[in-house]
Amino acid sequence: MKRRSDAFSSLAGDPRIRGIIAQVILLAVLAGVFGWLISNAADALSRQGKVFGFEFLNDTAGFGIIQTLVPYTERSSYGRALLVGLLNTLLVAALGIIIATVLGFLIGIGRLSQNWLIRQIATVYVETLRNLPLLLQIVFWYFAVIGSLPGPKQGYSLFGTFFLNNRGVFLPSLVLEPGSGVLAISLVLGVVLAGVIFFVARVQRLREGRSFAALPAAILALIGLPLAALIATDFPVSLSWPALKGFNFQGGVQLLPELFALLVALSTYTASYIAEIVRAGIEGVPRGQSEAALSLGLTRAQALRFVIVPQAMRIIVPPLASQYLNLTKNSSLAVAIAYPDLVSVFAGTALNQTGKAIEIILMTMLVYLSISLFTAFAMNIYNARIKLTER
Amino acid sequence: MTRHWNSLAFAGFAVLSLTSPAIGAGGPTLQQVKAKGFVQCGVSDGLQGFSNPDDAGNWSGIDVDVCRALAAAIFGDTNAVRFTPMTAKERFTGLQHGEVDLLSRNTTITMQRDVALNLEFTGVTYYDGQGFIVKKESGVTSANDLGGATVCTQTGTTTELNVADFFRVRGLEYKIVAFDKEAQAVEAYEQGRCDTYTTDQSGLFAIRLKLANPDAHLILPEIISKEPLGPAVRQGDDNWEDIVRWTLYAMVNAEELGVSSSNIDEMLKSENPEIRRLLGVEGSFGESLGLSNDWAVNIIRRVGNYGEIFDRNVGAGSPLKIERGYNKLWKEGGLQYAPPIR
Ligand SMILES: N[C@@H](CCC(=O)N[C@@H](CS)C(=O)NCC(=O)O)C(=O)O
Repeated sequence: MKRRSDAFSSLAGDPRIRGIIAQVILLAVLAGVFGWLISNAADALSRQGKVFGFEFLNDTAGFGIIQTLVPYTERSSYGRALLVGLLNTLLVAALGIIIATVLGFLIGIGRLSQNWLIRQIATVYVETLRNLPLLLQIVFWYFAVIGSLPGPKQGYSLFGTFFLNNRGVFLPSLVLEPGSGVLAISLVLGVVLAGVIFFVARVQRLREGRSFAALPAAILALIGLPLAALIATDFPVSLSWPALKGFNFQGGVQLLPELFALLVALSTYTASYIAEIVRAGIEGVPRGQSEAALSLGLTRAQALRFVIVPQAMRIIVPPLASQYLNLTKNSSLAVAIAYPDLVSVFAGTALNQTGKAIEIILMTMLVYLSISLFTAFAMNIYNARIKLTER
Repeated sequence: MTRHWNSLAFAGFAVLSLTSPAIGAGGPTLQQVKAKGFVQCGVSDGLQGFSNPDDAGNWSGIDVDVCRALAAAIFGDTNAVRFTPMTAKERFTGLQHGEVDLLSRNTTITMQRDVALNLEFTGVTYYDGQGFIVKKESGVTSANDLGGATVCTQTGTTTELNVADFFRVRGLEYKIVAFDKEAQAVEAYEQGRCDTYTTDQSGLFAIRLKLANPDAHLILPEIISKEPLGPAVRQGDDNWEDIVRWTLYAMVNAEELGVSSSNIDEMLKSENPEIRRLLGVEGSFGESLGLSNDWAVNIIRRVGNYGEIFDRNVGAGSPLKIERGYNKLWKEGGLQYAPPIR
């Protein structure tokens, strides 16, 4: 008896074992809570006479969607509508991330500029955009800015080729005709070739300290190859020009006002946060670094580019990743201005038409979670690459 | 939070009532409503003629009057009702989860909603159909001219589906811009984002009044769908469903029998057995609903008969000035027809 309790108390006394016990208990409690939640939901469903299931994904959706990156008609399924909504979310998120990053870096660097005016502009930008609710900004861009543009008949046009009006922006587009497969292949080849050129140049630079002019060579590969393909196949592409026909412009590509407003609002708003992150990152690099760079004879721009920013990136990247995640999640505010994103199409219209609330909300949450995890994963890889290599 | 517990407790009641014979007067919803002292009624975010708050937050409209009639039937007091504004998208989940006791929110009866969403519709307050509104300057005079048009509408509505059918059947191109809230959809239409706005025709009449220059807009003559609008309750409480159903029927029967808020006192002395049964002078119909026998007297005295609420909210006596049309009594060539009280 005595020995056993001794053994037990010594086990419990061992911090490692104690840690394991605590974790097992925590896990059990979590599992219990989840089990309870799930059985509760299942109960509620069966009380309402509903069955949990995903068969509805094959049913005909029956509603139209204004922007579809993959073929979709009213006869397509709810599953297809989910894909359309998801791609629309990814489109605005990807474009938003690119624009917000470029803008955020420019403004962040602007806040540290020697030039008084630039510094003030950057400060006002950050303080204004960061402090206004995003939803308000989205609605402002949509209704106050784009909404007040003239209609398609009175709208603005540039060289009769680009059009801007309250139906969006219209640009000419490429139409691929049969035989354009060669062009596609040549494009891919061009990209691969450009990659190889950069790689070879890098290897050579590391080994010999200097290399051939990689950039012009790469550009030649990127443009020359497809051009050669075009000439060889007798131009199997044509341009589609937007032209006013009936109610609206037909032909070309249309950038929807909903996409435009959402994109501008999301990227200018997120840029204000990124600017602060960039500023903090640059200020986080010890002053001696830039002094040393300048005294080595580098110009201010060179010092920024080769010495400061690479070091600042290590501070910038982790919080930058969370801004990317925020932007993606914030894109679900799209419902307010009718941009057909995942939440609007799937968790909105589809949910309402099918009544499959639990299934659809679960799926939507899973999709957002996957997007976020994937973004975080990609940023972690990048972060690992730029980490200080310790020797 | 408390709301959740309420609905949980309510769900418990609902299950009990399926297994044991009803205890006390009326089903679980009626008992719960009586205990809290008011009816919680789901209405729209604001649609003139149907459910619309004024500056002081007082609601009015034909859908609102259905809720008030229900409060009159239960409590003899048209103010024993609270309103929960709901967007088209939120309404069904709100009802299912017990946030409201009923929906009276220009909601179309459809098979999907009845069967798959587990709702029960209790009658038709207003026979409607979907229409289009356009700017007169566009020169469009018929829905058949709308090929290639951009159409604004609201998500979570039958409208969104009907419009797809309409263009699909005619092989016409269209673009749909679907907003969450009506106000934004209308704003976008007015700004010219869309060539037309589409919803129930009654809604178009209401919305036209709110536009900056109502005369610059035209409601197209075509009606592209059937939209029977009516109150809905949760499945599983037959007594509550009956109360809501017969509240509306009582108003329609009252109109048919010529009983109105102005002549109700004389009518109480009527020798007509149909009127006597309606007003509870004979029989005990109110009690069999779990109410008092003068339930319909309270409805008619305090809210009015169907003709009165139609006229006051959407008809000739209102700014909307919509014709009775399909909503005339069956005897006058319309569709409004209530089963007899006997
Ligand atoms: N009757 C249709 C449409 C109902 C509907 O939501 N109509 C809109 C436009 S008239 C509305 O009431 N909007 C007011 C709001 O969202 O509060 C349905 O049941 O789906």
